[in-house]
Amino acid sequence: MSDQVELLVGTGKGLFVLRGERGGAMAIAARHFPGVTVEYATRDPRTGVYYASVTDAHFGPRVWMTKDVEGEWEQTAGPAFPEDAGEAVERIWVIVPGEGEGVVWAGVAPAALFRSDDGGRTWELNRALWDHPSRKDWQPGAGGMCLHSICPWPGEPDKLALGISAAGVWLTEDGGGSWRRGVKGIVARYLPEDAQGDAPDLCVHNMYRAPVKPERLWMQFHGGVYRSDDAGETWNDVGSAGGLPSDFGFPMVIDPKDPSKAWVIPLTADIDRVTPDGKLRVFETADEGDTWTARSKGLPQNDTYVTILRQAFCNDGRDPLGLYFGDKSGTVYGSADAGATWTAVAERLPTIVSVRAS
Amino acid sequence: MAVVVLRAPLKDLADGNGSVRVNGSTVLESLRDLEATYPRMAGWVLDETGTVRRHVNVFIDANRVEGDATVETDTEITVIHAISGGNS
Repeated sequence: MSDQVELLVGTGKGLFVLRGERGGAMAIAARHFPGVTVEYATRDPRTGVYYASVTDAHFGPRVWMTKDVEGEWEQTAGPAFPEDAGEAVERIWVIVPGEGEGVVWAGVAPAALFRSDDGGRTWELNRALWDHPSRKDWQPGAGGMCLHSICPWPGEPDKLALGISAAGVWLTEDGGGSWRRGVKGIVARYLPEDAQGDAPDLCVHNMYRAPVKPERLWMQFHGGVYRSDDAGETWNDVGSAGGLPSDFGFPMVIDPKDPSKAWVIPLTADIDRVTPDGKLRVFETADEGDTWTARSKGLPQNDTYVTILRQAFCNDGRDPLGLYFGDKSGTVYGSADAGATWTAVAERLPTIVSVRAS
Repeated sequence: MAVVVLRAPLKDLADGNGSVRVNGSTVLESLRDLEATYPRMAGWVLDETGTVRRHVNVFIDANRVEGDATVETDTEITVIHAISGGNS
């Protein structure tokens, strides 16, 4: 396999396509959507189609797609709410290839799930989640009321887990025909103790499924890192005991081949969203969250107060695993050895919103 | 028929036409007709609730107008992005 890697870097000023040797300096191969925010970009490995969620500050959000990442992009029809919903899409947070042929999912703000059955050209609102009677009790997080995490189940197209800020985890086994909350064990420490039991406003920050052990989900919560071993029904706090400098953060990566391994990049606190102690550190667990170890070789360890956003941390699926993240200050860091060593692979980009290896 | 005057990027979505004749007795009807003529523009000026986006301004002559403003034959409707809402 080639030792080249391609990154899709969504920024406040367009999409940057970076290419280079894994773990080395990367060059800008293309820039698209200049001047507007690209919230998220990804490539569907099944079809080779690239998708970008683009929010024009004046003219609204929409998904674009292409097969040629250096060429022209095609505007898709949505996602957009039907007229009777009485809402307009504000941001499209995430685009995830589904399990069925042609199925692509999109999570948006205000919190809603859209499904495409034609590879992203048209989109349909999931009405069961939109019309859920508990919606009136949902609360927006600092980033708005957003559906940012979509976790398909490999080989099981009807099973899906969603993360919503701040409405917790939602599970379906019938392809989105019905939904139930999966939040047992999550403690909202940001609420008064008396209000923590059965709180509806659970601020999930990020959530991923372990592909080789699909019943395992990992979550970065507003306060805490959690792991579920029963497909999201119950959650175990795995962030408090062993070595993280903070329980607050957004970015998270799960090892695609080893379900016991995960990486997070904590921020100091919800009221101080920068790297703790002026040090940029990625933390790894290799024992299912029992302990966490800093992986910071090559990352700046002095006077570094940067912010890494929710979608700005990814892996490349290779062996050894490549890890990449970008900060709001415009630097992309990469590691070709699963986080053991890091290099600044691109610098002086606009505010980085998302990073995905394609 | 009124005339809608467009600048980039809307002009690009209207196949490069900076001036488009539309049917309608109000600004909103005229903009809906514009979208019907150029489907790629759907959602750019009017959101899915059918209202003009918050950071888009519509003018008739020198006056900023709302969707219910009436238009007549040869009324010139200018659609521009507002100085608010930019991507800083």
